Amino acid sequence: MTSTLPESSAKTEQGRPEWPEELTRVPYWVFQRQDVYREEQQNLFRGPYWSYLCLEAEVPQPGDYRTTFVGDTPVIVCRDEDGELYGFENRCAHRGALLALDDRGSNAKDFTCVYHAWSYSLQGDLTGVAFKDGIKGQGGMPKYFCLEDHGPRKLRLAVLHGLVFGSFDEDVPDIEEYLGDEILSRIERVLGGRTPVVLGRFTQLLPNNWKLYMENVKDSYHASILHLFFTTFGINRLGQRGGIVVSESGAHHVSYSAIDREAEQDAGYSDQNIRSDSDYSLADPSLLDGFSEVGDDTTLQILSVFPGFVLQQIQNSVAVRQILPRGVESTRLNWTYLGFEEDTPEQRTVRLKQANLVGPAGYISMEDGCVGGFVQRGIAGASDEEAVLEMGGASAASSESRVTEASVRGFWKAYREGMHLRQEKDK
Amino acid sequence: MTVTVDAFRLISRAQGEYARCIDDGRMEDWPGFFEEDCHYRITTAANHSEGLQAGVIWADNRRMLSDRVSALLEANIYEAHTYRHILGQPAILEESDEGARSETGFLVVRVMRDGSSDIFATGRYLDRYRFDGDRARLAERVVVCDSSTIDTLLALPL
Repeated sequence: MTSTLPESSAKTEQGRPEWPEELTRVPYWVFQRQDVYREEQQNLFRGPYWSYLCLEAEVPQPGDYRTTFVGDTPVIVCRDEDGELYGFENRCAHRGALLALDDRGSNAKDFTCVYHAWSYSLQGDLTGVAFKDGIKGQGGMPKYFCLEDHGPRKLRLAVLHGLVFGSFDEDVPDIEEYLGDEILSRIERVLGGRTPVVLGRFTQLLPNNWKLYMENVKDSYHASILHLFFTTFGINRLGQRGGIVVSESGAHHVSYSAIDREAEQDAGYSDQNIRSDSDYSLADPSLLDGFSEVGDDTTLQILSVFPGFVLQQIQNSVAVRQILPRGVESTRLNWTYLGFEEDTPEQRTVRLKQANLVGPAGYISMEDGCVGGFVQRGIAGASDEEAVLEMGGASAASSESRVTEASVRGFWKAYREGMHLRQEKDK
Repeated sequence: MTVTVDAFRLISRAQGEYARCIDDGRMEDWPGFFEEDCHYRITTAANHSEGLQAGVIWADNRRMLSDRVSALLEANIYEAHTYRHILGQPAILEESDEGARSETGFLVVRVMRDGSSDIFATGRYLDRYRFDGDRARLAERVVVCDSSTIDTLLALPL
């Protein structure tokens, strides 16, 4: 008996259904498969991409270090005595144990593995092997053993306005080229010329695949629908303009909104820019009494860097988010809330208050913690079905409307290229 | 000066009612455990030991706590769940007739609608109470969670 498979059932050499040609469809198996997870670690996180590691301000002095991850690979970022930053795998070259066990440290002179005391310089070079020459002429490493031939893999680092990025792939483009001018200028807008101060760090454990969180970050369509806080309390600014910027590769994006002075004036709302037609109002409206973050009219700027970084300015709540896959259905979301050395005490208080908007308990972000899980659970029996991304058309281009899924399509454009899912057609 | 108020009794009583209020789901009564000019924040042991000021919830007056409750009841979206607070005995760190400073360990189990019950948070309350007759109200509660990780989201207060 012969049967003809429908076109959609065509399988690739990995035994997976073929990736759709159009950017408006995303097959659900991409959030469910262990083989996909493994290839992401190899092709994206350890591939020619930049991953956010930490803030330069978190490793200011020689001997300061932080441990973090590139995807699920543990890494160390350290400032050596020469004043430079170095990044390398947090893995002993001997038998693979972690070299540093703490989240951070200072005054480090070297890293010594607790297992067999192999030791490394602050640049990640193997400098010593315990009992290398044996004891009383017995044992020890063979004469041909060469320290220089062994060591954890090193990262290429790039520091951009105080953000430290790393890549395991020497062939990754320079960070400026990787991001492009439009994204660069918007990072500079928030961080340029200022010294960030950490106000707090929180981790959210998300019950879903990491890509569902990245889709959410890039999805400007859901904001006013899922997050009802502003609507419920009648906090709608009348004169707003905004838009989204999608980088050429689709990989990175910015979504922003700003006060539209012209529209406000035309509507006669110059001194009354809050409209309230709601049954509810805030008992303490000072939550939203902020200041112009960098002297311009932009009140919101969400910026993502592929594969897993977000820089956020929501009014005066500035934060970086690091998205780390922790298995097919688990993601760590690391929030670092920022202020700046230049802040006045009043400005600092505004930042602490407005941090209520974001994070694991954020008025306009707590839903993002659970909605990825709703998708992960919703698609449990639907591996062969696809998500529909047609809002705002089919392209992954910048737009002045935020009622679009263009930057989500951009993510998938970059993803399928990086994962070689549609090699021939992407070229 | 002799202290005539039994701080331990007043605080124990207030905390028993506080936990029962949240666990029974009477969110609208929760701000009533605080003074008008209170401070409340939820942070982690790591932030606390580093002296970092931010919280996942941060309020410098009782109206902000009322707003938190209104948002939870009217605006925010999360799956239905309840807490079970298990509190230790308060350690009284400082006391006078006007008030006291205390520290109390807690364990909070989160029960979801599908029946799963997980330890959601453990930690300690670092409190400043003010006494008013036979009642103790919180002038400050810093909720220091032992872990720096929060599962999924934090909706109901601790």
